[in-house]
Amino acid sequence: MSATMKRRDVVKTLLAERGDLLVVTGLGSATWDAAAAGDHVLTFPMWGAMGNAAMVGLGLALARPERRVLVLTGDGEMLMGIGSLATIAVQKPANLAIVVIDNEHFGETGMQKTHTAHGMDMAAVAKGCGIADSHVVRSAAELPALVKATRTARGPYFAQVKVVAEKLALTLPPRDGGLLKARFRRALLGESADTQ
Amino acid sequence: MSATASVDWSLAVHRTLKDAGVKIVGYVPDGGHKRLIELCHADAGMQTVVMTTEEEGIGLISGAWLGGEKSALLMQSSGVGNIINCLGMVAECRFPLVMLITMRGEYGEFNPWQVPMGQATQSVLEDMGVVVQRADAPEAIESAVNAALRLAYNSYCAVAVLIGQRVIGIKSFQEQVNQ
Ligand SMILES: Cc1ncc(C[n+]2csc(CCOP(=O)(O)OP(=O)(O)O)c2C)c(N)n1
Repeated sequence: MSATMKRRDVVKTLLAERGDLLVVTGLGSATWDAAAAGDHVLTFPMWGAMGNAAMVGLGLALARPERRVLVLTGDGEMLMGIGSLATIAVQKPANLAIVVIDNEHFGETGMQKTHTAHGMDMAAVAKGCGIADSHVVRSAAELPALVKATRTARGPYFAQVKVVAEKLALTLPPRDGGLLKARFRRALLGESADTQ
Repeated sequence: MSATASVDWSLAVHRTLKDAGVKIVGYVPDGGHKRLIELCHADAGMQTVVMTTEEEGIGLISGAWLGGEKSALLMQSSGVGNIINCLGMVAECRFPLVMLITMRGEYGEFNPWQVPMGQATQSVLEDMGVVVQRADAPEAIESAVNAALRLAYNSYCAVAVLIGQRVIGIKSFQEQVNQ
């Protein structure tokens, strides 16, 4: 079954009316998708540390249990840290949702097929790790339910969203890691974060 | 148990972490950290996170600091080999990082497979911008951890405390096998 959804539409929908949602994006197109939807101080866009996006989300979710955390990443990035799904399942963060934008390719590096193109069912892996609320999302009709789950589901929540493999114009968020950290902390914790 | 283990450094380190306000402790176990891990698990004020690879710990501490919480990582020296690329994020973002690393592959090691990474641990960390402090006696560990926490959280540094294999005690091959 070939994918029909476009990644930019999915991410734009996920980030519309985001309220006080905290967002972490994984290295690869997810970071550019989120920037295309609009740079935001409460988005931490990762430009490196491939495989670590879900764990940054876990650390944030454990530190701020009263806030919702959404990790947006690619299938290749998630594969590199696939064990983190088991670690997250042990912690059971009720406020954490992970959405993998699955184009079945390593888009950044020349569109080589990833394991999901060869049949790996990542949602089944997440479920097997102990994240019971894990889903494959294939149609735009399912997007409203996906958005709702990222805002309200008792986490951890996992979705693998099948999208068309396409090479898109880059939209880049700021790159300076120190800036990205400081502006996120200040927006979340107030100015006292600067002197913590 | 080695003679030097009479100083209960694990208890002292747990207290030091607590006094510094550390709320999240991530680990891939090493025998040398056994008691400290148990103390952290038993502490309702600490979220203790068992990980599948040490690399996960770098994301964990980064996210925790984005959310305003202090954390620490426990690992064996071989685990340092698993975190190198992600230390780039720590350097670029200046995330405070405290790692308590029990050494293998040095003092009296019986397993040759531990030696290459053990011998490279300090220089690999330093190459990636981590400040390394060694503690080679049980009574030196608490103060080293205390200093590491201050350096990390007051001066926004990445700091590793290497707890020497001499402190953990040399086990014979048979004792290791039975452990
Ligand atoms: C440790 C490491 N290995 C390889 C790379 C090169 N790299 C950058 S992005 C990427 C692939 C990302 O793939 P995916 O998450 O599927 O992203 P998308 O297809 O959505 O762009 C790779 C392999 C890297 N940056 N770091």
